[in-house]
Amino acid sequence: MITPSFIIQIFIGGILMGGIYSFIALGLTLIFGVMKVINFAHGALLMLGMYTSYWLLTIFGIDPYLSVLVTIPLFFVIGWLIQRFLIESVLDAPHLIQIVITLGLALFLENIALFLWSPDYRSVQVSYQEATILLGDISISFTRLMSFILAISGTCALYLFLKWTNVGKAIRATADDKEGAILMGINYKQVYYIAFGIGAACVGMAGSFITPVFFVDPYIGGVFVLMAFVVVIMGGIGNFLGALICGLIVGVAESFGAIFMPGSMKRVLPFTLLIIIMLFKPTGLFGRRT
Amino acid sequence: MNKLNRWPFSRKTNLFYVMLILFLLLIPFFVRNPYILHVLIMLFFYAYLGGAWNILGGYTGQSSFCSAAFFGVGAYTSTLLYIHWGLSPWIGMWLGGVVAVVIGTFIGFLSFRYGIRGIYFVLITLCFGEIVYLIVLNWNIFGGASGILIPLRGNSFSHFQFTSKVPYYYIILSLMLLTAFFTYKLERSRFGDFFIAIREDEDAAEVLGINTTHYKLISMAISCFCMALGGTFYAQYMLYIQQDITLSGTLSIEITFCAIAGGLGTIWGPLIGSSVLTIFSEISRVTLGRYRGMHLMVYGVFVVLIMLYMPQGLLPGLKGAYKKLRGERGKQRDVVSGM
Repeated sequence: MITPSFIIQIFIGGILMGGIYSFIALGLTLIFGVMKVINFAHGALLMLGMYTSYWLLTIFGIDPYLSVLVTIPLFFVIGWLIQRFLIESVLDAPHLIQIVITLGLALFLENIALFLWSPDYRSVQVSYQEATILLGDISISFTRLMSFILAISGTCALYLFLKWTNVGKAIRATADDKEGAILMGINYKQVYYIAFGIGAACVGMAGSFITPVFFVDPYIGGVFVLMAFVVVIMGGIGNFLGALICGLIVGVAESFGAIFMPGSMKRVLPFTLLIIIMLFKPTGLFGRRT
Repeated sequence: MNKLNRWPFSRKTNLFYVMLILFLLLIPFFVRNPYILHVLIMLFFYAYLGGAWNILGGYTGQSSFCSAAFFGVGAYTSTLLYIHWGLSPWIGMWLGGVVAVVIGTFIGFLSFRYGIRGIYFVLITLCFGEIVYLIVLNWNIFGGASGILIPLRGNSFSHFQFTSKVPYYYIILSLMLLTAFFTYKLERSRFGDFFIAIREDEDAAEVLGINTTHYKLISMAISCFCMALGGTFYAQYMLYIQQDITLSGTLSIEITFCAIAGGLGTIWGPLIGSSVLTIFSEISRVTLGRYRGMHLMVYGVFVVLIMLYMPQGLLPGLKGAYKKLRGERGKQRDVVSGM
């Protein structure tokens, strides 16, 4: 039963899934790296991104991949507002306060979706949904490949943005040394708004391009975001490259876990892997020593 | 400074507590409505679990987000022992506590031994909670996704089953008061001082010669044991356990909300937090329950507002507001008398 092509098939499936996890984790890790805030509402934002694409397709007939053009600016504004009105005043408070606030926000967003759109599973109908690409024995689902490509291009775009633009440099400077950045004349509050905005835009975009792959319901965010947490810790909180690589590791681990563990037990493997890694390197694979 | 603030520091406050406890004990004689009794039981239930969380999260500063795992371990241990071997839940609850302590210290040892702190501890406990949940969900001995029904035995003390809600009320009330009393004793003990030292500055505590891993583990064990007792109580009260309720992240979060909203590291914080949140959520459920999801939406907003305007929690926040109010009144009186 276990042939080389089967293994490769599982591996590719894991990598494609891992790309999605990486991209969701990227927004989380950016928000943590800059503001030292863990955004527990990340899953709820992902769910809203999926609903946005779902309704854009259902009402206006806009393709989910094109709806990225709507979700990115929309979620940038949402992220900006969250930072401005919820997080800003508790930035210096203990972590727990911020956690409770983002958890409260998640509860609010999940239930607003439940109230507006009922708990029914919804999935979009697009012509290319069942399309697969065959490479010898290996078949790759077109929609999964597309979301992987979009996730990786999003990651690269964000990397270039942080590396080369002035705003990106300001964000990195503030993340490294807030006082120093303030002395250099950087408006750190503005940087925080933008950073949270970008983090939310990432997850909104992720929501758009996974809509053709997964069904959407008000609680779908939790499934992804827990894995994204695993990715973020494994890669070292606030570490860009770590999130990318560990996303792929987690995707592959989950994919192989599915072979020899029944049902949802496959998800135990990434968690176990994380715990083993944390025992040897508590700050994550790529994390700096604190 | 903290020592001065501890009760009993005046006769008046002592009298207040005696009256309060008497009042709570007498409630079932006046309230016959089972719905109101149920709300009160749930109120003390969350206050009790919040109090158990508070020992680890509030006093020792290690915020665990897998409380539901220990709660569930307690519930499943006593229930499985009862169903398969007919062991009374009164004994099973202590065994459940022991199992929870074993698992809790194992998790704690793994985390503390390797210096996992703060936000990392929050996230790693989230992962442990999920692992326990997934194991219970996929292992048939735990009843799988359909959960376990506890067979009805009618009104029987030895089976920890009562047809009336009143015995449950007294059991959970005494558990809650015992935790509060224990916390009070802890605050004044050397142990408590070590716990607080770890919370305030772990490195400094270590430098002063406190074995931080040791004390964090003790704190974790106490917290887990109390959680597991709560689990058995819940199983016997509902007579049904299922992992989506007893092991869910939602339960961990609700417990944490009660402790944090009430005031971290205070004796009565969890009770205040649980009273406000439980009563608020019951009122919103009754008034907004027709609109699906609406009451949880309001609940989320409520929690966010408490944290934004009283980041210290309700108890210290209200105390501060009261002092301010009295201070202003005092000033006004001075002005009046000055005239």
